[in-house]
Amino acid sequence: MQFLFRYANPHEFMRLSGAVLPFTAVATALCLGVGLYLGFSVPPDYQQGTTITLLFIHVPADVVAELAYGAIALCSLLSLVWRHPLADTAARAAAPFGALFTALGLVTGSLWGKPMWGTYWVLDARLTSFLLLLFLYLGYMALWNAVEDETRAARAAAILALVGVVNIPIIKFSVDWWSTLHQGESIVSGKVAPVYLWPLLIMMLGYVLLFLTLWMVRIRTAILERRARNLMQAG
Amino acid sequence: MNFDMGAYAVYIWPAYGVSALALIGATLWTLTAWRRAKARLAVLEKRTPAATKT
Repeated sequence: MQFLFRYANPHEFMRLSGAVLPFTAVATALCLGVGLYLGFSVPPDYQQGTTITLLFIHVPADVVAELAYGAIALCSLLSLVWRHPLADTAARAAAPFGALFTALGLVTGSLWGKPMWGTYWVLDARLTSFLLLLFLYLGYMALWNAVEDETRAARAAAILALVGVVNIPIIKFSVDWWSTLHQGESIVSGKVAPVYLWPLLIMMLGYVLLFLTLWMVRIRTAILERRARNLMQAG
Repeated sequence: MNFDMGAYAVYIWPAYGVSALALIGATLWTLTAWRRAKARLAVLEKRTPAATKT
């Protein structure tokens, strides 16, 4: 905890993120470049044909969508329990990216579903719980904007984020708990052939790095905006 | 590299297109907001030299 508080004050965060950002930005570009190159070099799958290439942008978007929610929930917990101001800023900053990656997961998934399942959309447990994630993000952002007093807005948003966290395991295990049209877990259990696994893992890393990079810049922006507000009030 | 997606091209390219647009758009939006905040703070700090930092 000591460690976290040392680096979680705005000054330290600006210094540390400023030093880390160039590296994450370059690593993001590298991963996405290599990932796309490998992704477009794979042979067509014996069942899915060329639509296997959709895997490389669909799964990473889903992973980041859930990761961002986990990040918001963790920051919300830090904010509610330890009242840390940067935690609220960080939670709020992650939300638009989380919503965007969730939307991308839904769009790419439905464009895969049409040729493979014969439908863009089906009310199955995985798809529905993932759509709920998008609504959670939108509700979270709306709540921040709806409450004028920032301290109260942060509190309300944090509570919503923590209540919504229950949806994350539901998304994860939906394919095991219910008979879904969406296929079951295949990456950790080693059911993805290595030729597809590598581009997928590299794209995943690229997406995660992109999210972390954008999130850091967004937090930095919020810190500067707060400084500007304080100056306006003082002057 | 192989860009011939055959009959599935109508599903694959829109998915890649939307993803690219969204991610590039998000990056530009984030950078623009950062530059704007930085410029605004610089103006304010010049106006009040004894800047109180938070």
